Amino acid sequence: MIAIVDYGLGNIANLTNALNYLGYTVNVTNNIDELEAADQIILPGVGHFKDAMARLDDLDLVPELIRLKETKPFIGICLGMQLLFESSEEGDVKGLDFLPGVVKKMTCQLPVPHLGWNKLNADLPSLDEDVYFIHSYKVHTEENVVATAEYEDKVVAIVQKDNIIGIQFHPEKSGDKGLQILNQALKGGFNQ
Amino acid sequence: MIKKRIIPCLDVKDGVVVKGVQFKGLREIGDPVELAKRYNALGADELVFLDISATQTGNALMLDVIRKTARELFIPMTIGGGLKAISDISDVLNAGADKVSLNSAALRNPDLINETSEKFGAQCICIAIDAKWEEAEQDWFCYTHGGKQKTDIRTLDWVKEVEVRGAGELLVTSMDYDGMQQGFDHVLLSKIQDLVSIPVIASGGAGSAEDFVSLFLETNVSAGLAASIFHDEDVTIQSVKDLCDKKGVPVRHV
Repeated sequence: MIAIVDYGLGNIANLTNALNYLGYTVNVTNNIDELEAADQIILPGVGHFKDAMARLDDLDLVPELIRLKETKPFIGICLGMQLLFESSEEGDVKGLDFLPGVVKKMTCQLPVPHLGWNKLNADLPSLDEDVYFIHSYKVHTEENVVATAEYEDKVVAIVQKDNIIGIQFHPEKSGDKGLQILNQALKGGFNQ
Repeated sequence: MIKKRIIPCLDVKDGVVVKGVQFKGLREIGDPVELAKRYNALGADELVFLDISATQTGNALMLDVIRKTARELFIPMTIGGGLKAISDISDVLNAGADKVSLNSAALRNPDLINETSEKFGAQCICIAIDAKWEEAEQDWFCYTHGGKQKTDIRTLDWVKEVEVRGAGELLVTSMDYDGMQQGFDHVLLSKIQDLVSIPVIASGGAGSAEDFVSLFLETNVSAGLAASIFHDEDVTIQSVKDLCDKKGVPVRHV
């Protein structure tokens, strides 16, 4: 069973639809016992970084997530990935700090948000796909990077450190290829 | 490299897909869920559903369409038409929409853009604009109610305002070009994309694969949208993308 952390942000309906389609059982919850009982944890999210951290704080979930990430596969998607890092310019607040790196506003000549289908650059052939991005902030890190995309500059698209995975794009909205990538993340990820 | 998006638009009335030519003379063409799945298989990068029902029953049927589509379709889905209040927007997002497009309601109450952008995030707020050239004023003006009512709001002022208020994307329909199948309104679309830094979806006027290629070669817009030509299979999404490949326009292939 996969637990999707319910903290009031994120298009959880579509992530649930995608996981059900892939055959997984899903529990959307912020109950600590239920999170504890799950095999894997997904932290979703769209919206503001500061708002997201405040909601996690209000639900007393931050220490729980820190504990859960020690023992379970833990996947952050979109804003959920950004929350895994040290801090963000969006609201100028600290993140969960599971991974080294910071989140900054995208600055480029091309339109922001970075919205649409963009190709992943990765060593793994299974990641050589177009996927759907929609975000205005991006992660700056040199470590644990599995895949990037080009949008004037480099955009970190997938990170993995052991059991912790971050996915910047929306695998649940990236067609059949996106579902395959989501499934691969749930089956242990991208580090050979 | 980011891909140019090709987006079919499905006008839905009381749970059934219809499409008007220059917003008049509606005709039925099919089941939205089936059409959505077909477009997904054919390589649509995204789908737009415009609910043109005028009744509550129609709106409820739309929510049902969104739910059913979202269970089987894993590409982005934008819902527009008749969304007035935050609760309407919340309903369609919860049903499985990824973005909402706001038109008349935003023109009537611009604060709605700020409120929804703050509540749901800019990424899911697409502002739809029906623009028409006014010869006497030598400028474009925004229209509401599916193109039936003119407003005093100048399109080029409005696009800047909605960006500041928190729109994440624009869907611009040229009423002068819509239904004519002679190509997109490059002049209007270029002016708009130069004024804003958010992505613009071009709508109105596509009649051939060449029209999409010219749109992407001659303007900086991010996406092209069409309805009738795709529904009638006069033009397929694949033929548009094949021609884009040939002309060096980056597109996604399924």
